[in-house]
Amino acid sequence: MGTVVHVLAVNPVPARSQMGSSLGFHIILACFGIAFAAVTMAAEWIGIRRGDAAALLLARRWSKVMAVLVAVGAVSGTVLSYEMGLLWPGMMGRFGAAIGFPFSMEGIFFFLEAIFVGVYLYGWERLPPWAHWWSGMPIVVAGVLGAMSVIAANSWMNSPAGYTLSHGKITSVDPVSVFFNASTPYETTHMVLAAYMVTGFLVAGVYAVGLLRGRRDRYHRLGFAVPFTIAGIAAPLQVLMGDVIARFIAHNQPVKFAAMEYVTRTSRDVPEWLGGIFINGHVYFGASIPAFDSILVGFSPHTRVIGWDSVPPAQRPPLVTLIHLSFDLMVGIGFVLLALAAWQGWWWWFHRRLLMTPWFLVPCALSGVAAVAAMEAGWIVTEVGRQPWIVYRVLLVSNAVTPASGVPVTLGVILVLYAILTVVSIGVPMFMSRRWRQGAPAEEEAEQVPYGPAQARAEVSAAGPPAVPRSPDGGPEAR
Amino acid sequence: MSPSPDTIAVAAILIMVVAAYALFGGADFGGGIWDLLAGGPVRGEAARELIDEAITPVWEANHVWLVFILVLLWTAFPPAFAAIMTALFVPLSLSLLGIVLRGVGFAFRHTAERLRMQQLTGALFAAASLITPFFMGTVVGAVATGQVPVHPRGNVLSAWTSPTSILTGFLFVAACAYVSAVFLVPEARQRGHENLTRYFSLRATAAGVITGALAGGTFAELSASAPHVFAGLTGIALPLVAISIAAGIAVLVMLWLHWHHAVWLRATAALAVVTVVGGWGLAQYPYLFPTSMSLAAGSAPKASLVGEFVVAGLALLLVAPGFALLYFLQQQRMLTAADTDAGLRLAAHLEPPTPAQPTAGLAPAGIRVTTALVLALLTIRAIRDVFSPSRPRP
Repeated sequence: MGTVVHVLAVNPVPARSQMGSSLGFHIILACFGIAFAAVTMAAEWIGIRRGDAAALLLARRWSKVMAVLVAVGAVSGTVLSYEMGLLWPGMMGRFGAAIGFPFSMEGIFFFLEAIFVGVYLYGWERLPPWAHWWSGMPIVVAGVLGAMSVIAANSWMNSPAGYTLSHGKITSVDPVSVFFNASTPYETTHMVLAAYMVTGFLVAGVYAVGLLRGRRDRYHRLGFAVPFTIAGIAAPLQVLMGDVIARFIAHNQPVKFAAMEYVTRTSRDVPEWLGGIFINGHVYFGASIPAFDSILVGFSPHTRVIGWDSVPPAQRPPLVTLIHLSFDLMVGIGFVLLALAAWQGWWWWFHRRLLMTPWFLVPCALSGVAAVAAMEAGWIVTEVGRQPWIVYRVLLVSNAVTPASGVPVTLGVILVLYAILTVVSIGVPMFMSRRWRQGAPAEEEAEQVPYGPAQARAEVSAAGPPAVPRSPDGGPEAR
Repeated sequence: MSPSPDTIAVAAILIMVVAAYALFGGADFGGGIWDLLAGGPVRGEAARELIDEAITPVWEANHVWLVFILVLLWTAFPPAFAAIMTALFVPLSLSLLGIVLRGVGFAFRHTAERLRMQQLTGALFAAASLITPFFMGTVVGAVATGQVPVHPRGNVLSAWTSPTSILTGFLFVAACAYVSAVFLVPEARQRGHENLTRYFSLRATAAGVITGALAGGTFAELSASAPHVFAGLTGIALPLVAISIAAGIAVLVMLWLHWHHAVWLRATAALAVVTVVGGWGLAQYPYLFPTSMSLAAGSAPKASLVGEFVVAGLALLLVAPGFALLYFLQQQRMLTAADTDAGLRLAAHLEPPTPAQPTAGLAPAGIRVTTALVLALLTIRAIRDVFSPSRPRP
């Protein structure tokens, strides 16, 4: 009985599930924390610079949505900080001194972000236009740097560096090497680009639906074009980056790479599998391109690719089918999004217009969800692919998990709460948009600036027709 | 082995961050508590609106202090962090639950349109403001009484359900309410709300007296349950304790005399809180867990500590001016909370003041508070039963 209790007590599956679901949830909101300010500020810039009412209205509404998403993101981020200790005391107790430094840096950027979010979101009414615009700049910078810091901590788990162990205890730490470990440049860039793609495509998707429903005014066209342009610039960079990272993983974490690409045995002329399910040493339902995996890794069919036979079975990741299909999904979606961006780019280059065909807009409406799916798949690849290690080749997950009972309970609570939070984060913006449309249907076509910093409003109304009656949408002006 | 200067310095930074969170985060939680006690939608309308205006632009920044506490603790004192997180899994999870519910309530209440929905999310926000400080208090109580084992093998329920820990939990709740009410007095005055100034002045006084009484009770408990900390509080940390008591009394006198100077009133209340946190830190010296884990034994290698200095320096350089700007703009009322409970206020004016409100207004505050406390105790009992190990711990 005693042994059974012991085995149950260190079963890492509930803790892993809780961490996975918390991270998988938070990362979507984190994308908005990283990139939404930039998207909003792009619209505000157009609005102030050109006296564009529609752009200012968009920026103002987006910042209201940002207030909700940032609040939920701050909360789910705190959950993750707690969970580092609540679920993985075995890692934090041993390696907290090393992994703590990037998190501390992140703390500073989180602080800056939170402070200027407070200024930016609630300063619309009384700050001068350009002062207000600049108050958003620290959010953009801190968002990117903060993301890099957190991802550096995750990279460290993939490429642990910058510490000395003796008798299982850390005796010295080099915070700079911890922060700039081998994986940092790849993972951080990949994630920041992903954040811009997710945010851009999700926001553009909302307005693509509006365009499809026939709301083709300037408000909807801009609402689509601004985020789509930002995401469209990130997409090709991301595909290039992804190619570089895959080669890096093949060298740095060959077993993870083997699981991603179904490389069972270390060999040359390794085929590239597209899709397929791995059962008992065979790949079913997959299409294979002969020697292509070797070519991708080393630009030659004779490149030797390390398979998962290089380590004993206990050190191989579980669920290789999940890892491989997630990888394929991520890459596939990446190329589709790239194609969408290229199509619009081509059209803009030659026609200076937005594509209005449903053949383009329907995929665009779904592009945000696809980008989220790709990002989640990417995280599955990197996190499940690292198993059974929590710190690659240094600490096993089963040695890091908490001995405290009650994780299944907290897992259940987290799942319920995150279901509620998901409803809130999707429902509240939808609800807002419905109320905006009901409140003032004509507002979006209006040439005036019912919103926007006071001075810009004055400039525009001096140049153009007088301001329309204020909308009863509950905005500060209405009161 | 006495701790190195780096260790002492980082421990001092940690205590300062804890004090900052106790002050700013505490004030926000206190706002939630006063929201809870404000009464029905009509009676509590003005108070709720003031609380909302005061908290909305700053709560997220204030919340970051907590993240900093966690990060500092795990970077500078990893074994202590691991032990606390393991042994106090239950109260920490519950305090986290409070934080999540608060976020949900906050995100939703500004957009909820119907009165009923607003009351629900408002209640969620307010109830969560009660849960989080209470369980954080039990955690601090468990650490101060040295009940957290160095190598815990699982939850240690006795650690945070001791009378000292529970009392500390209540002390935290009362202290949050106190700080918040004191901060709200000048806030109301600046907006020219004479009624609200009196309203929060009265509540600040009451909360101050209750906090003082609870602090006295906790102090008396400590003499038996935490002899080391008690000796520290009556020895090396006595000046800080004395300053705290003096500042607490000074605030009460200022309120009594209606001397509502914004800076002085807030600074004195802040002093009362900060010195108590500092006194606790000093009284624990030289231990992380009195008397089982010393600062020296629990601290990270020197480079990690130096890294934290750099971070603290950067924070001072970057974050302090940011905060100054944020609070300045907020005090200048340059930051307007969009979408304040417009629907709630609208409904409050339209609907006749019926006493049949489902969530609030039925019982006087005293009865509701008592019920809440009894429920909390019962919950703790129930959790103890659920989580108690099936076999005796070796």
